[in-house]
Amino acid sequence: MTNPNGRFGIHGGQYIPETLMNAVIELEEAYNHYKNDPQFNSELTELFNEYAGRPSRLYYAAKMTADLGGAKIYLKREDLNHTGAHKINNVLGQALLAKKMGKTRLIAETGAGQHGVATATAAALMGMECVVFMGEEDTKRQALNVYRMRLLGAEVIPVKSGTATLKDAVSEAMREWTSRIDDTHYCLGSVMGPHPFPTIVRDFQAVISKEIKSQIMEKEGRLPDAVIACVGGGSNAIGSFYHFINDEGVRLIGCEAAGRGVDTFETAATIATGKLGIFHGMKSYFCQDKYGQIAPVYSISAGLDYPGVGPEHAYLHDIGRADYVAITDEEAVQAFEYLARTEGIIPAIESSHAVAYAMKLAPTLDKDKIIVITISGRGDKDCAAIARYRGEDIYE
Amino acid sequence: MSNTGRIAKAFADGKAFIPFITCGDPDLETTAAVVRAAAENGADLIELGIPFSDPTAEGPVIQGANIRALSAGTTTDKVFDLVRNLRGDVTVPMVFMTYANVVFSYGAECFISTCSEIGVDGLILPDLPFEEKDEFLPLCRQYGVDLISLIAPTSENRIAMIAKEAEGFIYLVSSLGVTGMRSEIKTDLASIVEVIRQNTDTPCAIGFGISTPEQAQKMASLSDGAIVGSAIIRLLEQHGQNAPEYVGAYVRRMKNAVMQAD
Repeated sequence: MTNPNGRFGIHGGQYIPETLMNAVIELEEAYNHYKNDPQFNSELTELFNEYAGRPSRLYYAAKMTADLGGAKIYLKREDLNHTGAHKINNVLGQALLAKKMGKTRLIAETGAGQHGVATATAAALMGMECVVFMGEEDTKRQALNVYRMRLLGAEVIPVKSGTATLKDAVSEAMREWTSRIDDTHYCLGSVMGPHPFPTIVRDFQAVISKEIKSQIMEKEGRLPDAVIACVGGGSNAIGSFYHFINDEGVRLIGCEAAGRGVDTFETAATIATGKLGIFHGMKSYFCQDKYGQIAPVYSISAGLDYPGVGPEHAYLHDIGRADYVAITDEEAVQAFEYLARTEGIIPAIESSHAVAYAMKLAPTLDKDKIIVITISGRGDKDCAAIARYRGEDIYE
Repeated sequence: MSNTGRIAKAFADGKAFIPFITCGDPDLETTAAVVRAAAENGADLIELGIPFSDPTAEGPVIQGANIRALSAGTTTDKVFDLVRNLRGDVTVPMVFMTYANVVFSYGAECFISTCSEIGVDGLILPDLPFEEKDEFLPLCRQYGVDLISLIAPTSENRIAMIAKEAEGFIYLVSSLGVTGMRSEIKTDLASIVEVIRQNTDTPCAIGFGISTPEQAQKMASLSDGAIVGSAIIRLLEQHGQNAPEYVGAYVRRMKNAVMQAD
């Protein structure tokens, strides 16, 4: 789907300082070499299977299906991966690539902390130095993940600039990369930023849809009717969609964070409320004011609290191949609680946005329809915040 | 009306001193006074920053100026009005420094034609590298606004390609990293300038990390001029609305140093 210059329709591109241009060109050349290298691919598969625990299960949620009374629901259990989320897929790929390129240091941004933990994990495994930039606000919301990253040997730098959330962590990681390129790889955590990141991250996450496809064929003998995933930058969603893009009978549905509602200023639903712009290295949709100032966005989920969306999602939206819906904090919290009680699975608050939409969709479909929800991560990290949302103060 | 050629004037009488000012920090009246003070004290070209919420190429000092300017209600339209007024009496070449989204979201044609109409001579966009310049270059050519190219310490094999197509002047980034004062500039700038000169007659000024007269003189001797941002923003941060006289005196000192460069 990528043009040679990293465009998805009109989206994507490389809107970055000249200082970084040779670094992204070098990365693209290395990636184009290694993606076809059997040795690289066998090492990565070994890491996926033996270290991260792939393939992840495609679980038939029988109780949820019966309770909602409509389509059959399967859960793609990325929450069962090592480190508890889909983030590890991309990180193992990028860390291995960086190592082959002779880099000794990984830097990363993180929102909820899942990508930071995954990067710190890969760095520990591969003997690399690791620095993670995290909005100061998020270091408070996700204190446990800060501890995990430090335990894994990473340095965590709280970012105080701007809104002190994910977008500022990305900006600070980009600034750091411009100051130290020789030994450092910027391990970007989502399908965003300048080319080639949206393509590289998608390719490493595409293992999700590759597995869903073969697992559902084995269980049901046919493709699903819909695949549903949450979208911040959009890496688990594009990973879940990718191998179905040419299967037109499969609806692809991305769930954005509406926060307190798309008609309020406290939202992070980019496709619902944003407009075309250029930021963080890419042309895509962004929440912004009429002068192009990037909006301070809000969601209960630190991982979806980003004012933009990956360029391939923007393109899938433009051509009508994928649908993007907005889910509020309250709907996501209800889905978080519902899946815990119904299936004994505590999903990440990010993934709960996808569960929430499936809860609306499933009852409207016939019982012979099949939907797959990607549970991108586990929800242990969110328990304290959800308890607080419900008015209960607990110690982590 | 085309403004092309006005930037060349900045470099016509020897080495240029180029101050950078974020518009609206702490307010637009102060910016106007600072621009006049800089022009009166020998600035050869003035870089006017249009504030952006997320200036990814800036260090903490200029990030602070962007926040103060936006908090004070500065908008692109108000910056256009500021320049329109300044052009009544200020003849020194002026260029805008901002981010691609500020131009794009305003409507590129509307933004660039307005630059031309109010007398802005060029546009510096740190997040618009050579590969993406077609986003705005055709409109810049149409309206006679120079789209300034940047060359960095990491440009290496890209220097000739960028220099060959450069217009107005070349902004040579002195160091890795973001804007901000540095005690020492370690890049081998002389060899970069040599490659630039082999490929173009377009003048080349060095920016990032320059704050002292000694540094400015050294950078100007290596190239055609020195660009200073953070050190001026510091004066605005310290003196606020009283900053114009301090900026004027500083520009005078820096211009004198640059004139000593051979």
